[in-house]
Amino acid sequence: MNMKKTTKTICTLIAAAAFIVLLVFLESNKNKYGMAVTVLQKGFILAVVAVSMNLLNGFTGLFSLGQAGFMALGAYTYAIFTIPVESRASVYYISGMNPVLAGIELPMLVALVAAGLMAAAFAAVIGFPVLRLKSDYLAIATLGFSEIIRALIASPQMDTITNGSYGLKSIPAASIYVVVGLCIICIAIMALLINSSFGRAFKAIREDEIAAEAMGINLLKHKELAFVISSFFAGIGGGLLAMFMRSIDSSTFKIAMTYDILLIVVIGGMGSITGSVLSALLVTASKEWWLRFFDEPLTIAGVNIPLFRNGFRMVIFSILLMVVVLFYRRGIMGTSEFSWEGLTGLIKSIPSRVTSLFHKKEGAAR
Amino acid sequence: MSKTILKAEDITMQFGGVVAVNNFSMEVHEGEIVALIGPNGAGKTTAFNVITGVYAPTNGAVYFDEQMIISNYPQGKMKKMYAGENEGKYTKKIEKTPDQITKLGVARTFQNIRLFKSLTVFDNVLIAKHMRSKANVFSATFRLNAKEEKKNREETRKLLEIVGLLDVQNEIASSLPYGKQRHLEIARALATEPKLLLLDEPAAGMNPQETDELTAFIKRVKEQFGLTVFMIEHHMDLVMEISDRIYVLDFGKPIASGTPDEIQNNKRVIEAYLGVPEDE
Repeated sequence: MNMKKTTKTICTLIAAAAFIVLLVFLESNKNKYGMAVTVLQKGFILAVVAVSMNLLNGFTGLFSLGQAGFMALGAYTYAIFTIPVESRASVYYISGMNPVLAGIELPMLVALVAAGLMAAAFAAVIGFPVLRLKSDYLAIATLGFSEIIRALIASPQMDTITNGSYGLKSIPAASIYVVVGLCIICIAIMALLINSSFGRAFKAIREDEIAAEAMGINLLKHKELAFVISSFFAGIGGGLLAMFMRSIDSSTFKIAMTYDILLIVVIGGMGSITGSVLSALLVTASKEWWLRFFDEPLTIAGVNIPLFRNGFRMVIFSILLMVVVLFYRRGIMGTSEFSWEGLTGLIKSIPSRVTSLFHKKEGAAR
Repeated sequence: MSKTILKAEDITMQFGGVVAVNNFSMEVHEGEIVALIGPNGAGKTTAFNVITGVYAPTNGAVYFDEQMIISNYPQGKMKKMYAGENEGKYTKKIEKTPDQITKLGVARTFQNIRLFKSLTVFDNVLIAKHMRSKANVFSATFRLNAKEEKKNREETRKLLEIVGLLDVQNEIASSLPYGKQRHLEIARALATEPKLLLLDEPAAGMNPQETDELTAFIKRVKEQFGLTVFMIEHHMDLVMEISDRIYVLDFGKPIASGTPDEIQNNKRVIEAYLGVPEDE
């Protein structure tokens, strides 16, 4: 089933236009659809970080769990340089701000790039020793690094820079256009990288290191490259998160954050960019929004349903996760990417799938 | 005689107390097909891995195109344990990594096929072009190297046409039949633009008909790409038919070398393969 190229372009344009209309609609009705606005922004931010993790775990085959640490570096770098000078005294009310940094306020975009560069610089330094490790050992080393970063940020010695465990607030906000737009740009750049000659080299390393090396691919150089680029975008993701949340503290970037992102990557499919994006939006939406009502006490016909209470949504969420992992072992998208053909194919196959389901049941009944 | 393209000198590879390859020297001249044979466990693949930089030898040196690419001498713990010969002849430690050696113009295939399994046939070959591309990450990401990329794709297509895999270019590599996977591995090696092609048991697991096809194929690409070939092989029909010269290893030691005719009539080679009667 081959669609014409023009048909595909038209579909893409319509989808893009619909998305922009949705954004405009949400921006102008912010108060009414607050939850949708939140989910969309947070979903896209997590999508950036998830794609950056996928670049490493799914495309280069390096099992790294340091994403939260790099996000923390990015978020703090962004926050430190963008909190307005006049409100800094009230943010650093405990020990004051380091005089070197106190006067520097950077424009949003510059601070965001600085956030990425900060994370990338740390990645470059720890990459050389750490990337010699393989699989689980690499995961443990990066996990440890991520926790070290968090502990450092929260340490009292860093009070004048990171405000220690008090966190940073008064971070200037940005509109939904800026946040979502920047996220899309970041994801697009990573997608371009993955489809370039270097992306193919990364995939070669994932497939077979020995063969990749025999094909003239310098393993350490390419692994380091993937690690630094992935961290750069994780740093930017952290900066965007700071921009969106407006206040951050070190406990935001606990190991749980890395697991959330790993979860998004696994559900979306290791090695699928669109899978990661889709899954970031779905996971965020179901966690923060669609499953909310499980947390409210529920009364049907005067009977109080016992299980509906605070935190119950996470139980449901976990069950859904298990279902996804059981039935879609390779994630929603596997290693393939979204395509219009795939979508129409899926829609067309629904009737036959439903009937085959019935046939199976009949067969089982006999 | 034409130029020596590959030269190994006194290669000794010792793993702990086991001497896998002992004092092995050989030369491959430009345009030749040279085979390395020997019974199972004779150390052929180890010798191969030393030449391609996978293992650093315990002692000895390897030259490619008159440039020393590998050299080592017993050091550290190995100094005491060393059981090979020519100790003290080499004093330099030069270790080029496999990717650097490939860059110089040595391409190899593997005994147990190592393709990029879940990628397409086309991508498998295209990846080998990455090494020669001049683009950096930035220019590659933002498609500033479109010309080079187009050229690489065109060359990949041509190469696939030559090796007869163009009709399966969009198939996933692991879905190909065994014989075609072997061909693909050779095609991928050719894409690195080598001067010297190293084949590690290219006909392993092939039936006689497939072996004949492969023999013709190796001859053909050798002529077409102006290659020198050095290979390990067990199929004697293949070896005797296409080799110019043969080296024989047994228990890590070189026992003979010469033309196919000489090797076929060499007493020590026959003994190594068939064994010696005990009462002799």
